[in-house]
Amino acid sequence: MASVALTHLDPASRAAARGWSDLTIRNMFIIPTLVFLIVFNIFPLIYSLGYSFTNFAANRSEPWQFVGLQNYRELLTDDHIWSNFVITAKYVIVSVAGQMIVGFGLALLLNRSFPMKGLITTLLLLPMMMSAAVVGLFWQLLYSPSWGPINYVFGLGDFAWLSNPDSALYAVAITDIWMWSPFVMLLSLAGLSAVPQHLYEAAAIDRASWWYTFTRITLPLVSPILLIALIFRTMEAFKTFDIAYTMTTQPTAELIAIRLYKQAFQQWDTGKSCALAYIVLIMVLAITNLYVKYLNKVKER
Amino acid sequence: MAAVRTSSEVALNRIAIVAVLIATLIFLAPIYWIASTAFKPKELAVSVPPTVLFEPEVTPFVRLFTKRVQMQKTVDPQVYEAAPWWEKRIYDGGERVLKVGKDVQLSQYPDRFMNSLIVAVISTVLAVGMGTFTAYGFSRFKIAGEADLLFFILSTRMLPPVVVAIPMFLMYRAVGLNDSHIGLIILYVAFNLSFSVWLMKGFMDEIPKEYEEAALVDGYTRMQAFFKIVLPEAATGIAATAVFCFITAWNEYAFALIMTNRRAQTAPPFIPSQIGSGLPDWTTIAAGTFLFLLPVAIFTFLLRNHLLRGVTFGAIRK
Repeated sequence: MASVALTHLDPASRAAARGWSDLTIRNMFIIPTLVFLIVFNIFPLIYSLGYSFTNFAANRSEPWQFVGLQNYRELLTDDHIWSNFVITAKYVIVSVAGQMIVGFGLALLLNRSFPMKGLITTLLLLPMMMSAAVVGLFWQLLYSPSWGPINYVFGLGDFAWLSNPDSALYAVAITDIWMWSPFVMLLSLAGLSAVPQHLYEAAAIDRASWWYTFTRITLPLVSPILLIALIFRTMEAFKTFDIAYTMTTQPTAELIAIRLYKQAFQQWDTGKSCALAYIVLIMVLAITNLYVKYLNKVKER
Repeated sequence: MAAVRTSSEVALNRIAIVAVLIATLIFLAPIYWIASTAFKPKELAVSVPPTVLFEPEVTPFVRLFTKRVQMQKTVDPQVYEAAPWWEKRIYDGGERVLKVGKDVQLSQYPDRFMNSLIVAVISTVLAVGMGTFTAYGFSRFKIAGEADLLFFILSTRMLPPVVVAIPMFLMYRAVGLNDSHIGLIILYVAFNLSFSVWLMKGFMDEIPKEYEEAALVDGYTRMQAFFKIVLPEAATGIAATAVFCFITAWNEYAFALIMTNRRAQTAPPFIPSQIGSGLPDWTTIAAGTFLFLLPVAIFTFLLRNHLLRGVTFGAIRK
């Protein structure tokens, strides 16, 4: 009898009648993840928001006091913090611009068929799969003023890349460009391969110049994906910690994340570092929002 | 493309291919330098001019795995003759392998490597497991505010690790999870989960709903359909996601630096800490780095077809 009645229902409802309902399954599948993320991401942030209004120091047992907005006021008027932000901005601009140029350039070169293309593309992706801390460590040897291969190859004598205040930040940026250009290359290649071939054929029939084809067909069609690469890399470069931290101790290369680390775990200025973390967080969220906005735009196409 | 190519086009193509080869060599040079330094005799690592061609040896790897002491005087010829080949290598370098009784003392590297392995594997299994279920939920059922929830999940990955690390450090200290495997695993699961959900949702969306519906008609429950039909279909996606999560956890530095110092320390903070002051032994550091990079290099080759999706959270399909 029951089976006769069930055949009138759609498959999902019939399955539900045999086991858990879809609603139960949905909740079972989704809620644990959401709870986990709230407990280990959102809750700590609320916790640190509380601390950001205190003069709490994690290495002392003295009672802490509520200081209101004092931490924020001090941070926002601190010239050192501003110089850390300026250094970070410089770093983001140099390294992201470098990655976009090198990465897109490589993609343009690779966007044709030739033997061993797959192997070469994969080899080019290796740098970005490595641990940034270990990469940073090893580039110290490459940059070494006395026996580093870089100075030898380029005939730079004993130029001290990492201990020279003027060059330390750029030396880190070069390493970052080496590491992450492949990412831009990968995205650009996907964008380039999606350009319809018939557009190029039409341009060839019209005897359009290479430059004309590039600026009128290739660039406009690849630009959405380049934009994604740009936002993605900007966000990551803004957060950079490991690569710079293992490469140099120069104050001129002290990115905001390194400053934050030192304030929290070397000076043990916990309350203030929580406040700084919040300032950084708001900036990252602003970039993230940009990213998601453009991502949705591109997806709609 | 037009079937007939002008000679200038052919020439341009050749130039481009040569340029690609040169660029590839430049990009791979630093990796070659790491790999080659790992097989160099100690004095060649810091030679001027830098050595490109040399007779490879495995002494740096022996040094990586054994504790050594600098020798005060020349070694007793009898002891030298009795020593195994790898100890002789160390003797030749003016060092002696440290022993307690007959046992060779291991350096800390094997421990740190194991810690990396334990933390990366367990956190990957958990992140991919939870991510697969959640992605299925998002892919197949109607959820109020789905876009907002997915954005929330993604946003957890956008936070700079140092920002999350400060409160987590305090909380871990309060409950005694500092310098423990479990503490690090929890952090890496939290870090990788968003990625796992986004990537798996992309793979789930591509499995036709009709497959499960057919199974439901055949009398399967929804859970049976999920385990017997959907999961096997998603196997490649799960494997790709797992490798990405593994690589991220394997390479992670900031959390490991802050949350561990001895017992649960992983290799990324350990390798740089070996530099110390004075003249670092680059061959041993290179050997440690080389071993550490090896799994990632292998996975990169296995993953090459999924790379684009992986690095963009599955937002872009190839």
